[in-house]
Amino acid sequence: MCGTCGCGEGEMQIDGKTHHSPAREIALERDLMAKNDSYAAANRQRFGQAGILALNLVSSPGAGKTELLVKTIEMLGAATPCAVIEGDQQTANDAERIRATGVRAVQINTGKGCHLDAHMVGHALDNLAPAPHSILFIENVGNLVCPAGFDLGEAHKVVVLSVTEGEDKPLKYPDMFAAADLALINKADLLPYLDIDIDLLVANARRINPRLDIIRTSAKTGAGMADWLDWINTARRPAKAAE
Amino acid sequence: MHEMSLCENIREIIETEARTSGFTRVNRVWLEVGALSCVEPDALRFGFDVVMRGSVAEGATVEITTPPAKARCLACHEIAPLAHRYDLCPHCGAGPMEMLQGDALKLSKLEVV
Repeated sequence: MCGTCGCGEGEMQIDGKTHHSPAREIALERDLMAKNDSYAAANRQRFGQAGILALNLVSSPGAGKTELLVKTIEMLGAATPCAVIEGDQQTANDAERIRATGVRAVQINTGKGCHLDAHMVGHALDNLAPAPHSILFIENVGNLVCPAGFDLGEAHKVVVLSVTEGEDKPLKYPDMFAAADLALINKADLLPYLDIDIDLLVANARRINPRLDIIRTSAKTGAGMADWLDWINTARRPAKAAE
Repeated sequence: MHEMSLCENIREIIETEARTSGFTRVNRVWLEVGALSCVEPDALRFGFDVVMRGSVAEGATVEITTPPAKARCLACHEIAPLAHRYDLCPHCGAGPMEMLQGDALKLSKLEVV
C-alpha cells in the first residue's frame, strides 16, 4: 500500500512510473537498551582494569541510603579507599553529607530524569577519577522503578528497603528486586515499634529473586553493619582477582 | 518516566537508519516490549508521539507486540509461562521461578517511504 495516500501498489502510473515511491519495510531487531548497555560495558571495563568494586545502591526515597553510606564509609575506615557518585533530581545535599566524611563524591543532578544512566556515570567517573582498588558506591535516584532497567556497569545492584515500607514491597516493585544481588533491610532498629512480618518480607523478596542475599541493617545502631561490610569484602575479591 | 529516554533511543536509531538507508518518512514502527519488561506500553506510545515531533517518524503509527514471559521452576525444573514475576510454578505449586525470556525491548521493524 502506498504510504502517502493509501492507494494500492501499481494501480496508477505517471509517465510509466508509479506516482510516488511505495512504502517498504526495514527489519532492524535493535535492542533499545543497546546504547546504555554499551556505555555500561565501557564503565565495567574501566572498573575491571582498575580493580574497582562498583556498587549501585537503589531504593525508594527515604529508605536511608545516604545515612547507610555515611556509616559504611566510616566503618570501612581510611584503609579502604572509597568514592561516591550521588544521583538526585535536585540539590547537592547528599554529596555534601558524603564529603563531610572525607570521602570524595560527585553529585549528578538528573533534573527531570528518574534514574542514572551509564553515560552520566561515565562522565561522573571522569570528574571523580576513583583510585585503583577502591570501592565506588553509586547512590541512584530514589526510585524503585526506573533504575532497575539501567545497567551502570556496576558489579552488583544493592536494593535498600526500610522496615517501614511493608512486607509486600518486593511484590509491588518486582523488577528492582529481580535486578538486585543484595537486599539490605534497613532501619531495623524500628522493628519493636512496627507490625511488619520480616519473614514474610524475606519470602516475598526470594519469590521474586531466589538468589538474592538479604541482610538486616540499622545505620543508626550499627546492627548488621558488620555483615554488610563482610559482604562488600567478599565482593571485592573478584574485583581484585580480575586485575 | 524512563519511557521517554527509551523513545530518545528509538529516535536516534531511526535517524541514523534514515541516513544509511535513505528514507525520508516512517509510516509505521514495530516495537517489541516483553510482557515483564519494565516498560508500560501506554507510556511508551505517549513518549513516542512527543519525542518524534520534528523527526522523520513524526505521526508514525506504533505497533507494539508483547511476547509473553517464560520461566523455569527452580523446584521441579519445568518451564511455564509467567504472568507476574511473583507467580509460583503451575506444575508443582512451588517455585521460585527463574525468568528465561519476556523482558526484551526491541525496535523490530520500520515501514518507510
